[in-house]
Amino acid sequence: MTEMQKLYLLVPLAPLAGAVIAGLFGWAIGRRAAHVVTILGMAVCLAASFLVYRDVMAGNVFNGPVYTWLVSGNIRFEIGFLIDPLSATMMMVVSFVSLMVHIYTIGYMADDPGYQRFFSYISLFTFSMLMLVMSNNFLQLFFGWEAVGLVSYLLIGFWYTRPTAIYANLKAFLVNRVGDFGFLLGIALVLMYFGTLDYAAVFANAGRLAGNSIELVPGTEWSLITVICILLFIGAMGKSAQFPLHVWLPDSMEGPTPISALIHAATMVTAGIFMVARMSPLFELSEAALSFVLVIGAITAFFMALIATVQYDIKRVVAYSTLSQLGYMTMALGASAYSAAIFHLFTHAFFKAVLFLGAGSVIIAMHHQQDMRRMGGLAKYMPVTYLTVLIGAIANAGLPPFAGFFSKETIVEALHHATVPGAGFAYALAVAGVFVGGFYSFRLVFYAFHGRERFADPHHPDVVAADAEAKAAAQHDDHGHDDHHDDHGAGKPHESPWVVTFPLVMLAIPSVAAGWLIGGFVYGNYFGSAITVNPAHTAMAVMAQNFHGVLGMMGHALGTLPFWLAVAGAGTAWFLYIVRPKLPGRLRRRWGAVVTILMEKYGLDRFNDWFFAGGARALGTGLWKGGDVAVIDNVMVNGTARLVGWFAVVVRHVQSGYIYHYAFAMIIGVLLLLTLAYSG
Amino acid sequence: MQGLPLLSLAIWVPIVAGIAVLFTGGDRNASAARMIALLGAVLGFAVAVPLYTGFDPQQGGFQFGELKPWIETFNINYHLGIDGMSLLLILLNSFTTILVVAAAWEVIQTRVAQYMAAFLVLSGLMNGVFSALDAMLFYVFFEATLIPMFIIIGVWGGPNRVYAAMKFFLYTLLGSLLSLVALIVLYNAAGGSFAFADLYRTPLSMVLQVFVFIAFFMAFAVKVPMWPVHTWLPDAHVEAPTGGSVVLAAVMLKLGGYGFLRLSLPIVPDASIHLAPAVIALSLIAVVYIGLVALVQTDMKKLIAYSSISHMGFVTLGIFLFNAQGVEGAIIQMISHGFVSGALFLCVGVLYDRMHSRQIADYGGVAGRMPVFAALFMLFAMSNAGLPGTSGFVGEFLVIMGAVKVNFWFAFAAAVTLITGAAYTLWMYKREMFGAVANDHVAELKDINIREFLILGALALLTLVMGVWPQPFAEVLHVSVSELLAHVSYSKLPVQ
Repeated sequence: MTEMQKLYLLVPLAPLAGAVIAGLFGWAIGRRAAHVVTILGMAVCLAASFLVYRDVMAGNVFNGPVYTWLVSGNIRFEIGFLIDPLSATMMMVVSFVSLMVHIYTIGYMADDPGYQRFFSYISLFTFSMLMLVMSNNFLQLFFGWEAVGLVSYLLIGFWYTRPTAIYANLKAFLVNRVGDFGFLLGIALVLMYFGTLDYAAVFANAGRLAGNSIELVPGTEWSLITVICILLFIGAMGKSAQFPLHVWLPDSMEGPTPISALIHAATMVTAGIFMVARMSPLFELSEAALSFVLVIGAITAFFMALIATVQYDIKRVVAYSTLSQLGYMTMALGASAYSAAIFHLFTHAFFKAVLFLGAGSVIIAMHHQQDMRRMGGLAKYMPVTYLTVLIGAIANAGLPPFAGFFSKETIVEALHHATVPGAGFAYALAVAGVFVGGFYSFRLVFYAFHGRERFADPHHPDVVAADAEAKAAAQHDDHGHDDHHDDHGAGKPHESPWVVTFPLVMLAIPSVAAGWLIGGFVYGNYFGSAITVNPAHTAMAVMAQNFHGVLGMMGHALGTLPFWLAVAGAGTAWFLYIVRPKLPGRLRRRWGAVVTILMEKYGLDRFNDWFFAGGARALGTGLWKGGDVAVIDNVMVNGTARLVGWFAVVVRHVQSGYIYHYAFAMIIGVLLLLTLAYSG
Repeated sequence: MQGLPLLSLAIWVPIVAGIAVLFTGGDRNASAARMIALLGAVLGFAVAVPLYTGFDPQQGGFQFGELKPWIETFNINYHLGIDGMSLLLILLNSFTTILVVAAAWEVIQTRVAQYMAAFLVLSGLMNGVFSALDAMLFYVFFEATLIPMFIIIGVWGGPNRVYAAMKFFLYTLLGSLLSLVALIVLYNAAGGSFAFADLYRTPLSMVLQVFVFIAFFMAFAVKVPMWPVHTWLPDAHVEAPTGGSVVLAAVMLKLGGYGFLRLSLPIVPDASIHLAPAVIALSLIAVVYIGLVALVQTDMKKLIAYSSISHMGFVTLGIFLFNAQGVEGAIIQMISHGFVSGALFLCVGVLYDRMHSRQIADYGGVAGRMPVFAALFMLFAMSNAGLPGTSGFVGEFLVIMGAVKVNFWFAFAAAVTLITGAAYTLWMYKREMFGAVANDHVAELKDINIREFLILGALALLTLVMGVWPQPFAEVLHVSVSELLAHVSYSKLPVQ
């Protein structure tokens, strides 16, 4: 093993070691040692990732096995690494954000009895995510894929006594399993047609199989690659929360805030985006699959952004904004702008982590209050949190020169140039979404950090409304919200400790500056052979010719619609929440029906609960009572018993305690039968 | 180790130990009975381990052969030998015996000697089934396993044990008698031999093959159990004591799967291929239908019993796909199911011993009171839900990979378990372990003790090792499975 290969192993194993020590021996080593050991593991991981990244950027790509998982028939299933610019970039993002979140957790979870368990989980998550991105084959990808799902399940349900948390984690796991159902079938088809799950071998032969078709329904021909790609993408829809499998992500906010930042914004939910980019040699062979990806992404990007505009829960605003941004990344994939998708993934990881961790900082200051109606005017009490959240919001809104501008603008531009069916639809929604994004980002900033200090005023109409809502919810399902409120007015909020603000600042810096890397990242040959684009998909090539540096791009943007829409969105938020703060309430009443549809999340949750959860239970009960009990047991089994006369005799014997006799008699009977058969 | 009749030891050490336990007498000497039983179980496993270390995975045919005449008039021989498939099942069986003896340690307080003896004898008999190379010897062991299980359910079982035992009996009897007739038919066709090697060679007409297949099918499908002859299993599990459920789920059900592999496929290959679509259909019904039925169970043991049926659907599905991934997946699924279902029934036992209830509704918030137990139970629940990295994934994965080669929709239906399996397992876990403390009984719960920790911890370790590195389990299978598939692909229809 070369030195570099040892480093590759060190990257995932350092967090794993931390997780195991904190998880199994946390009770013995105590809280301090638990966070020291996991953070140390993460620091080693980040340092190793950096060295690997530098090596990869120097041109050293690695693809090789670690060990043989299983051999079945003539197929070898290997665990192995593919270290190329794509995975190295992901490794940097994952280990950096994870380290920051580890540090932040010291402050956020300071009073929690499950402290060691939490550190163990987030380190275990980092291990799983790294195995996912470093994989050189579909099997290990699926391992990491499901393992991050497991940790997400454990962390959403971290506060396992809360009914809402354990509802949300079960929902998250099951919805993801629906995606994984498609994903696994996609992998099965890959194995069947390619005879291997190794990326390199599959991609090398993809072209050869492009013309193949399969007959899923007799009489209909489907392009094999299209079927495989759509099945794989269904997996991505679960993990990366794309419509209609997005429903688990908003509820995942029941978990502690650090994991909302790490798992449900910066890293895990981007696994689907990463996966499709990794599979670009397959997706590029199917216009139909790309078109499907594009449309799903467009729907998610726009319609989820709309929901964000009416939410009061600060974390839910950020959660719906995450859904929308994931939609943008997905659209980019559909437009064959893989580098733009990964670039947006890269910048989004920073500014969305800032927004979540900033929201968490506010939540600490508000004594675990998340309703923005009870906030307001926080800027002067927590300046660091305010500034970093502001940076995150500007980046999220896509205003120059912040990071989100470059990535989002590139995506919108790519959609404009794209030619796959549905590109026009996607472009329209993407442009409209820019306005909505500008609005909800600044609504959060103005509503929580500016204006009246509602936390000190229990009679403010917004606070009264929030109280009434909380009371109704508590009566409705007796959920454990009691540890949430009753704290307003208990002293002035104050800035969080340095373990909280340090990660905020560290993440805010790339939220400003990461976008300036666009030249090399998106238009240079950054990814090398890691990403394949069909020469017929010219969007990125055309844009590369028109790209004249960071300043040129900003100058150009001033003359385009998306920029002004983002400004208009921000301006609308300013007008509604600073200039005329009474207006939003009036608008909500005027537009009651629309607001209800958005607050009800288009009714999808209700439908799923009724149709899928209720339907499965009804079907199960029907099959059990109707099939097993009524038909099989009562008619077939007991009916046979009644028909066979001797059964009664047997029962009488057994019931009088002769069970041994009968069992022995049976064996003797066997021997007798045997003798009889051959005595003649 | 060379020269020792290891297979005979694996069979007779537990049986002799079982008889020895009986001699300790009444419950006054219960602690002696426990010690002897544990010793017997450990010895039984100790003689099985060299079977693995001495097994040559590259060599075809049967290893560790033993051959002695038994009933010479009928050319019935005490003929033993194992291939990779039998090897894994013998190890599973011998290992499980240690666990059930340990699990009963403080729990069983009445008729301790008899209880321990029943499990030891059962263990030996099942090793007999897995190593018999003579069809009549196989049959005798196969049928004899019923006796101890009858006794276990009938004596230490719950209130409705008679009904459960009778249902078990009625189901089994029909299949057994027919398969005896089939064996005699085969004996004649083979010119007076019960040796598997001879039966594998004997040409048979299609009509005869179909008859023999159906006769065997009756016996093995009940054991697996396959839909629609599965309804005895939930009742048997509910009434059986914890140890009974563990052995039933972990090992006894595998007699059915093993029967298909050892008898049905190689003896009547043409009928197996001919009737495979029907078996596959029943298997897929088991996976989907039973998965939904499991979802709505209110009794933990019934839920896990239905989950077992659904998981065993993968075994029969895999076997009748006739490709390497399918068959190897089926065998690995049997081993993994042995660990996981055994562990889940032990977990239910842990809770039942403390709360005396199997109703999910009587629980809630257990995790806060029993954190170590909660962590282990979570691992087994996830493995039951087929999480990669645990043993539960390996078999299901391979079977789905095998199924797609035969028909995409087989794989589609089988993969539904990804959703249903997670739904019923995790929903049960949620209602029992998470949430607020449900009542005063839960509030007083104490976490597992060292004995319980060691039992569950050993299974947890196996579950993880098999999930992360299944190759040591799989590598002993390849030659056996490819020989089996060669048998199946070679028609035995007589040349016209």
